[in-house]
Amino acid sequence: MANAIREAASAFKRSPLLMGLSTLMVGLALFVMGLFSLATHNLRLALATIEERVEVVAYLREDTRQVDLDAAIETLQTLPGVEEVRYFSKAEALERAIRDLPEIAEVSTDLEVNPFPASLEVSFLPEGRTAEAVEAVAAIAEGFPVVEDVRYGREWVERLFFLRRIGGFTALILGGAFATVATLIIATAIRIAVFARREEIFVMRLVGARDSLIWRPFLLEGAATGLLGGALAILLTWLTYQAVFHFLFALDWIPMSWAWGGVGIGILFGVLASNLAVRRYLKEV
Amino acid sequence: MIKLLDVTKVYPRTGAALEGVNLHVPKGEFLFLTGHSGSGKSTTLRLIHMAEQPTSGEVRVSGFSSLRTSRREVWKVRRRVGFVFQDFRLLPGRDAMGNVAFALEVTGTPKKEIRPRAQRLLSQVGLSVKGRSQAHELSGGEQQRVAIARALASEPLVLLADEPTGNLDDRATRGILDLVWELNALGMAVVMATHDLELVRSYPSARVIELDQGRLVYDSSQAEGKE
Ligand SMILES: Nc1ncnc2c1ncn2[C@@H]1O[C@H](COP(=O)(O)OP(=O)(O)O)[C@@H](O)[C@H]1O
Ligand SMILES: [Mg+2]
Repeated sequence: MANAIREAASAFKRSPLLMGLSTLMVGLALFVMGLFSLATHNLRLALATIEERVEVVAYLREDTRQVDLDAAIETLQTLPGVEEVRYFSKAEALERAIRDLPEIAEVSTDLEVNPFPASLEVSFLPEGRTAEAVEAVAAIAEGFPVVEDVRYGREWVERLFFLRRIGGFTALILGGAFATVATLIIATAIRIAVFARREEIFVMRLVGARDSLIWRPFLLEGAATGLLGGALAILLTWLTYQAVFHFLFALDWIPMSWAWGGVGIGILFGVLASNLAVRRYLKEV
Repeated sequence: MIKLLDVTKVYPRTGAALEGVNLHVPKGEFLFLTGHSGSGKSTTLRLIHMAEQPTSGEVRVSGFSSLRTSRREVWKVRRRVGFVFQDFRLLPGRDAMGNVAFALEVTGTPKKEIRPRAQRLLSQVGLSVKGRSQAHELSGGEQQRVAIARALASEPLVLLADEPTGNLDDRATRGILDLVWELNALGMAVVMATHDLELVRSYPSARVIELDQGRLVYDSSQAEGKE
């Protein structure tokens, strides 16, 4: 370990610009991953809350007869996954709207008629909150003549999942681009390092040093780059988190195991990239 | 201990550097490898050092065959075969002691033993007081002595020397030859490439072979009296 630190330090002394750049690129690649992790983690928390609220809302026609309504309620209640079916009258709907948006109160006093429709709200048992169950209930609700329109929370859930996929895709592309640049820079740094030490390498081979002894310092250099890049990424992600938290909205910090995982990926990446470069450039000296 | 069996080495651009060479160097032998420039002396030494593979034929060194020794295992051969060059190839930025210590260190000598062993190797080559001198502060003969001490670090069975006196004046040349002769007397085989025939003649008990355009054309051990 002390050896590794000494090697890394001497590598930085030899070519500070290249080592700095490769560290920065590894850092940026992991930072993109860090941002994605931050988003994913918070989205996941948000989804968990939203999922609790998954429900199908069926808006009712104005001219609903009580018998038809009772029949609809009764049918919905027997469907699999359904926890409860509640009726909200037009008046209750207006009340709720005013509670959420007080401005409506001023407008509504001027209104001749209440614009909010009555509705049935179907909530689900925890094990019933699957896309299939919700869609089945929504489809059946839509079929009732008393029902004007059906909305359900799954749409939102799916939209969020879609957002998450787009986010993941973007992170992959961006992270991949930075990782590629990082690989190229690491390879250049290793090439220079190999060249700078070509006489030592020559003598090592001459007197019969094991190959592993010859390339270990270069792999350590790669590992050090990955480690520092990982640390940089954690720092950048944390600063972003702080900024968002203070200036935009409250969010959760990613689990520390993810952060350590990111550093691990950085080290692994550094070692792999330098391994590739070493294989190639040791042949040239 | 060293065997070349029908060895041919062809380089892509320059053609055959060695052709059908057969050679056996027994333990403890002192062998001069002579021939004009370009006759294949260095190529022969590199093949024995397994820095290169023969195009056809086989090189055997102390139980290792060129046909079966992978690149990963070459280091095992290198520890049995010391090598010195005309231009010494010492590491700049290290003193004489540092150069010898480096060889000991990278061949796995325990840390505590490195300095005393490097000191012993330096005195073996007659440089016990020059340990702290940088390479460029040493004369050519002294630099070659450091190179020899370095080559001895892994206690090799044979020392390969490629024109080791090519850059040295007469006095230094004598000094190096006497040193190598002494080491040979202690049991280490020596294969020395040189085109200095006068030097070769002053060691009449050594075996001499001559290469000409990659072919072995003379071997004193098989042509007694003839020259
Ligand atoms: N690495 C190489 N690549 C191509 N040709 C080479 C190489 N090394 C040696 N040769 C050729 O092989 C022949 C023998 O060279 P060498 O063994 O160096 O001779 P010597 O050491 O006797 O002067 C020469 O014709 C030389 O040009
Ligand atoms: Mg030569």
